Amino acid sequence: MLTKRVIPCLDVRNGRVTKGVKFKNNVDLGDPVEMAVGYSDGGADELVFYDITASAEHRPIDIGMVEAVAKSVRIPFAVGGGISCVADMERVILAGAEKVSVNSLAVRNPGIIAEGAKAFGAQCIVLGMDPVRSGKTPSGYEITTRGFREFTGMDAVEWAKRAADLGAGEIVVNSVDADGTREGFELEITRLIAEAVGVPVVASGGAGRPEHLVTVFREAKADAAIVAGMIHFGDYTIADIKKVMHEGGVPTRMSW
Amino acid sequence: MTAIVDYRAGNLTSVKNAFAALGVETVVTSDPAAIASADRVVFPGVGAARSAMDNLRNLGLVEVVKAAATDGRPFLGICLGMQILFDHSEEDGGVDCLGIVKGGVRRFPDGTGDKIPQIGWNDVSRTERGECAADFSGREFYFVHSYYAEVVPETSLVTEYAGVKFTAMVERGPLWACQFHPEKSGRVGLDLLRAWLDVRRR
Repeated sequence: MLTKRVIPCLDVRNGRVTKGVKFKNNVDLGDPVEMAVGYSDGGADELVFYDITASAEHRPIDIGMVEAVAKSVRIPFAVGGGISCVADMERVILAGAEKVSVNSLAVRNPGIIAEGAKAFGAQCIVLGMDPVRSGKTPSGYEITTRGFREFTGMDAVEWAKRAADLGAGEIVVNSVDADGTREGFELEITRLIAEAVGVPVVASGGAGRPEHLVTVFREAKADAAIVAGMIHFGDYTIADIKKVMHEGGVPTRMSW
Repeated sequence: MTAIVDYRAGNLTSVKNAFAALGVETVVTSDPAAIASADRVVFPGVGAARSAMDNLRNLGLVEVVKAAATDGRPFLGICLGMQILFDHSEEDGGVDCLGIVKGGVRRFPDGTGDKIPQIGWNDVSRTERGECAADFSGREFYFVHSYYAEVVPETSLVTEYAGVKFTAMVERGPLWACQFHPEKSGRVGLDLLRAWLDVRRR
């Protein structure tokens, strides 16, 4: 049976993994490659890296880091941040990443999803989205961009459907409301999108305890879930999380 | 020399990196002569069957790949590189493939509640035929695909998704081919590559 994936997220700033709450108060956590190896050996099913300062600094993503990770870990990983065109996607994929994640770029230029899917296959193109609760759109969730700073007026569920139609192979739903709270995933928007699209949906934002993953898998139909602070600060290991998932009846990869 | 066939069907960096992690040097090549003279041939691939077949033809690689898969040299197909060993794929309205393994490739059915593509770690189990693959029965490997190969007599490992039981791996002597990505399947994936490196020429 296909297992539910646990995906550590590493936010990279100036070559170091950092963690903040709602993009503020960043704490230095370590070297991306060392942390990737640690999580991979510890049972992570996949990894995701965001070069969180690349876009703001108008520079391409750190390809050297992508190459170093690809040489060091034997599990799939996605990379986002600092992607502005298909050529950027290609550099990341040739460096050894399985997937490229686009977010604000795709809002500005939805065609990039189709271009990327045509060039590399839909499975390589991940749409990241940052929805926030809002009274302005039909689903009750509005898409924000640029690290939650801008409101777009776009409905989150409609955007997810459109992105899947354009060729996104996977959608990461990162709830602005839940992000950094460690009080659990935002179940409603995760479930709305999981039910609206035919591609896998990754829940993101709010994981604080292993039980939160059980809930998002069982109740919100997520296919994968992103964890960050709860493992980065040593509160839990991947193995702790997976044990609770397994005991909670979630199909889980238990040997690695 | 171990050759990794480059036919513009996806990224080969991961495959090369995985063999490097085992201390095995590989050559990524589109050169028919290099593939013809290689001791072992790895045939990866992601993407669409039609463009993959077109690329093989345009690069003049169809015959050398067929030879490598059938002349007794250890051969390893991965993902799309497994699927196009079959006779035919439903992809893109129907594509004739290499015809090295008798059988067809189909799209996962819609409406089962399971997402397409299948992305993630799924467990495999051996068939009665599973000889080399027996060691891997019950383990999880990383899959990414929207099409699957039907179960055929050479199927050595099967798995299930979207209500379909399908081929996770075929074995015919030194010819191994898997739907999953051993190069991205952690330690168990490296174990499988190591096992394939122990396969001798027949």
